[in-house]
Amino acid sequence: MALHVSELPEHPPAGGCSAGRCGTDPARLAALPEDMRRRVENHPCYSEDAHRHFARMHAAVAPACNIQCNYCNRKYDCANESRPGVVSEVLTPEQAVRKTLAVAAAIPQLSVLGIAGPGDPLANPERTFATFRLLAEKAPDIKLCVSTNGLTLPEHVDELARHNIEHVTITINCIDPEIGAEIYPWIFWRNRRVRGRAAAAILIEQQQKGLEKLVERGILVKINSVMIPGVNDEHLKAVSRTVKAKGAFLHNVMPLISDAAHGTLYGVMGQRAPTADELARLQDACAGDMQMMRHCRQCRADAVGLLGEDRGDEFTMEKIAAIEVDHAAALARRTAFRAQVAAEREAPRSIVETVATAVQPLVFHRPAKAAAGRAVLIAVASKGGGMVNEHFGHAREFLIYEVSAGGARLVERRAVDIYCRGSEQCDEETNALSRTIRVLQGCEAVLCAKIGIEPWGRLEAAGIVPNGEHGMEKIEDAVMAVWRGLLTTGQLGRATDGRLERRISA
Amino acid sequence: MALKIVDACVNCWACEPLCPNGAIHAARPHFLIDAGMCTECAGDHADPQCAEICPVEGAILDANNEPTNPPGSLTGIPPAVWAAALAATAVGSSR
Ligand code: SF4
Ligand code: SF4
Repeated sequence: MALHVSELPEHPPAGGCSAGRCGTDPARLAALPEDMRRRVENHPCYSEDAHRHFARMHAAVAPACNIQCNYCNRKYDCANESRPGVVSEVLTPEQAVRKTLAVAAAIPQLSVLGIAGPGDPLANPERTFATFRLLAEKAPDIKLCVSTNGLTLPEHVDELARHNIEHVTITINCIDPEIGAEIYPWIFWRNRRVRGRAAAAILIEQQQKGLEKLVERGILVKINSVMIPGVNDEHLKAVSRTVKAKGAFLHNVMPLISDAAHGTLYGVMGQRAPTADELARLQDACAGDMQMMRHCRQCRADAVGLLGEDRGDEFTMEKIAAIEVDHAAALARRTAFRAQVAAEREAPRSIVETVATAVQPLVFHRPAKAAAGRAVLIAVASKGGGMVNEHFGHAREFLIYEVSAGGARLVERRAVDIYCRGSEQCDEETNALSRTIRVLQGCEAVLCAKIGIEPWGRLEAAGIVPNGEHGMEKIEDAVMAVWRGLLTTGQLGRATDGRLERRISA
Repeated sequence: MALKIVDACVNCWACEPLCPNGAIHAARPHFLIDAGMCTECAGDHADPQCAEICPVEGAILDANNEPTNPPGSLTGIPPAVWAAALAATAVGSSR
């Protein structure tokens, strides 16, 4: 089913931007089979549109793990698979359901409960499935999803299907045991610790078997991969082809997060993370094969809220104990909210549908002819709400928009390395600034509510135009205005589109 | 003959469901093995299950007080490199 996506005619890159950047944009969604589109469009982690309207939460009910990854230290939060460490609060299934219901009552956008850790959900099957069972009794409208390393996935597919789980994420970093041996030092398999190549071979076989069985059952499968330069970076292209051929719906390539202070093998041995450029290039290469998800925030396994925000602190077990919830009223509020969003989205989608069926779906965002001026990447510091409203120095991530004559589109989110903030090695402001500038590589401008003099100068020196003139404006309007500014000052090559030129001079 | 969980344990629960004798308890500050109930899995498994799955070096000691998973055996980080990293970066302090 997912293959429909890649069977779409490839459109030659217009104005320097690749068609593959479209990710899960509305045009592609419209091209999906009805049943799959319905499932994707309300899922914040899958649909670029949904993540603005719907919230997800993760419950940390699964502490145990059955494999070791070289980028994870079980003691601390796993930065790469975004798990809280086992030292974080682990919930019993009853507590997790209480928490979910409290959140669902307070945040009507809540549509998804995921279980992703702190260990592996399917290494803790009793706790994971008990959570789903209990929640389905009280809030059957909440979708359920699971993230797994895949080791015990095949034996759990039937039970996942029984619990109506619509989405499963498998972290697949390789399909070659030689490469796997450099990523996974051991697995626990059939009552023994198995090491090296043999361990990787078992893990890979189980992951692939699990993927196939899920697809057979009609369960949507997303693949996450951690890009580890020099280890699996080139190889991930083959991974992408393979998982696509087997029917995975999405492939999400995430950068390795590596720091000696995390106490991981990669961190301590100096394995470097990819640059933003390397990551984008690999994502582009893989996107030629299938859909990519570029708005993934590597959110924590106990995160609560819209993608990229974490309201977890509002819902500690202590605070939840004090909350009285009227479940029926909460369900009614969620239903009303969804009806409202559906109505709001209906209008634009019918336009998309018309275009998608009449023309080539991939060109929806792009002008039919060669664009006036190149497409450029523009970074935005935002606290949310679709506004340019964050101070440059406070931004923990930047939204990266691809902007061309055809419009502006969110293609990526880049996190500033928040994991280092506050430790002795990292408090030098200049270091933090250098890191931020590295994160912004490839962008030609950065928009923010305010910016200091020092970062201003450093950004200019790095060839990135800082811009604080559009504070509190809507992002789409602001980035288009800046793009037009670049165009009129002759920085985007010659404008060839008369209509556009008229609009600029008007 | 019994294994023992010591304070390197991170309370990850991995060992608890595997024990054929129900000898492991989710205690605080860390999990504990009831020495009277532990058989080192003799008769049930070829290898002591808790020691096979435990992800933390040095968390479980054998009857001679030797770690079942000595430094470097699980992470692959050479002990000397680990010691240097500890000294240089205060591992884990970033959280
Ligand atoms: S060695 Fe075996 S019997 Fe003893 S605590 Fe560990 S799992 Fe239980
Ligand atoms: S597996 Fe090891 S770290 Fe985890 S609870 Fe058992 S003894 Fe502690």
